Amino acid sequence: MAATAETRTPFIKITPIGAYAAFFLFFIYAPVLLLPLFSFNDSQYVALPLKGFTTRWYVEMAAAEQLQAALFNSLKVASVVSIISTILAMLAALALTRYRVPGRAIISGTIVLPLVIPGIILGVSILVVMVQVMGVEPSLWSVGAGHLLLCTPFGMLILISRLEGFDRSLEEASLDLGENRFVTFFRVTLPLAMPGVIASVLTSFTLSFDEFILAFFLAGADPTLPVYIWSQLRFPLRLPQVLALGSIILVVSFAVIAFAEWYRRRGVQPSAKPG
Amino acid sequence: MDISGQLNQEQAVGTGARRGGLRAWLTRNDNARGYLLLSPTSIMVVLLLILPIVALIAISFMTQRGFDLDTSLTANNYQTFFNYSEKPIYITLLLRSLQMSLTATVLTIALCYPMAYFLAFHVKKHKVMWLIIITVPFWTSYLLRIFAWKVILGYDGVINSGLISLGLITEPLEFLLYNKLAVTITLAHAWIAFALLPIYVSLEKIDRSLLEAAGDLGDSPFRRFWRVTFPLSLPGTISAALLVFIPTVGDYVTPQLVGGTDGIMIGNIIRTLFGKVNNAPMGAAVSLMTMLTVTLVVCMFLGGTTVARKLLSRV
Repeated sequence: MAATAETRTPFIKITPIGAYAAFFLFFIYAPVLLLPLFSFNDSQYVALPLKGFTTRWYVEMAAAEQLQAALFNSLKVASVVSIISTILAMLAALALTRYRVPGRAIISGTIVLPLVIPGIILGVSILVVMVQVMGVEPSLWSVGAGHLLLCTPFGMLILISRLEGFDRSLEEASLDLGENRFVTFFRVTLPLAMPGVIASVLTSFTLSFDEFILAFFLAGADPTLPVYIWSQLRFPLRLPQVLALGSIILVVSFAVIAFAEWYRRRGVQPSAKPG
Repeated sequence: MDISGQLNQEQAVGTGARRGGLRAWLTRNDNARGYLLLSPTSIMVVLLLILPIVALIAISFMTQRGFDLDTSLTANNYQTFFNYSEKPIYITLLLRSLQMSLTATVLTIALCYPMAYFLAFHVKKHKVMWLIIITVPFWTSYLLRIFAWKVILGYDGVINSGLISLGLITEPLEFLLYNKLAVTITLAHAWIAFALLPIYVSLEKIDRSLLEAAGDLGDSPFRRFWRVTFPLSLPGTISAALLVFIPTVGDYVTPQLVGGTDGIMIGNIIRTLFGKVNNAPMGAAVSLMTMLTVTLVVCMFLGGTTVARKLLSRV
């Protein structure tokens, strides 16, 4: 990413396609920016005209127990899911990139299958096994199980591209110098794959944290945050508080992405392909 | 396996190989080690995907009687599903869902392609920053993003209030919300990030010398686009289309929030069958038929695009 241009070009040149880019950014941002706007609006109802500035929704949010319980449920599920799914994804990615397993196309195809099945069908099928076959009541565990199924393929695809991206001879050197595969993994492969591991954890966390449809079917008495938000969208008693929380999440996500990007740039660059 | 294992044991060199049975076997046998590494993930997929789908198939052939499940096998649920004259709702909703998500897919691709083209060919610096700027809005809650469209299109919404304050209309427009159009626009907005990235990647990968060659050999920019850029960007565009189409067919949230009765989709009836109506077998049958239809459409689409690519390469 070396800056080669000598003269500073303006950020957007006024061309037809540049104008389209501006429209595009407006189209994707306008709806999202309404949420923070209404989180400061002094009215129970999320509708125009705006009634005046207030921060009371943020204050009330800080005291809202159900909302916080839902937030912590989501954080719990997302944390556990992002770690387990990244471990499962790493094992599968290692097997698929480092070993010649017969039938790998079928196995990897089955692992990524959840990406091409509508979520509602994954949700009802797990629900049927739990309720009708096993007779277990839905809980945060079942939400986690559903999210694990969804997040692992994403992590695996990220890690496969990372593991294929760096020089295999580093691992071979470690093995030749007498380290066993276990040590080689922790001292060579894992550090080199770290940006991919972090990307996988972050992607899984975000997916799980924001996932609604599986959680909607699989959550029992303990709602996750999206399930709670859903209840507030239908019977809007505390909707402005939800908007306040949504705005905070937006800011925090932005900070996390900025940090991840900063880290990625500092981290180990993938080695150039030989030749 | 055992005999070859013992033979190999004598040839084996290296530190780990002479230790105990299983470990030695694993050290030598690459396939076994590969499978061992794959086994946790495979077990997870069997338990959470294969088994549930099998259970879904099994239950779709059973009957709900009040709170009990009649486990004798029957194809009645499927007969009900296809009985258009008496129960038109299932076929109608499935077709409507397909139509709506196809429209949303086309709209999403049409919105994303020029932007991806702009990013790949017109943005020279700060590409990563551009990509971050584009993905940030999609880190907000999916539900709240959908809800934002209700605020924009609603009766007291942004568009209506804006038009009224400008004096262009006196009464709020009611046709904006609670219909198929609202669902289509909202879906297109919600899935933009998924469509943009694959298209961008495939455009970015195009070897610029091919474009120069086409230009040098006398192609106009328009012909160059259709004969070089577009065919080479097809793989990304196709995966973008699938990434949008497949999940949107079963979408439940968007039709429920902005669709009204006119915009109800198949996901809503699946939810109702598993919830209020308490007819899991029928719900299972509808889910499976939806999945089967989606798979069929995807196969037809992939077949169609293969033919289209062959035709394009002959132009």
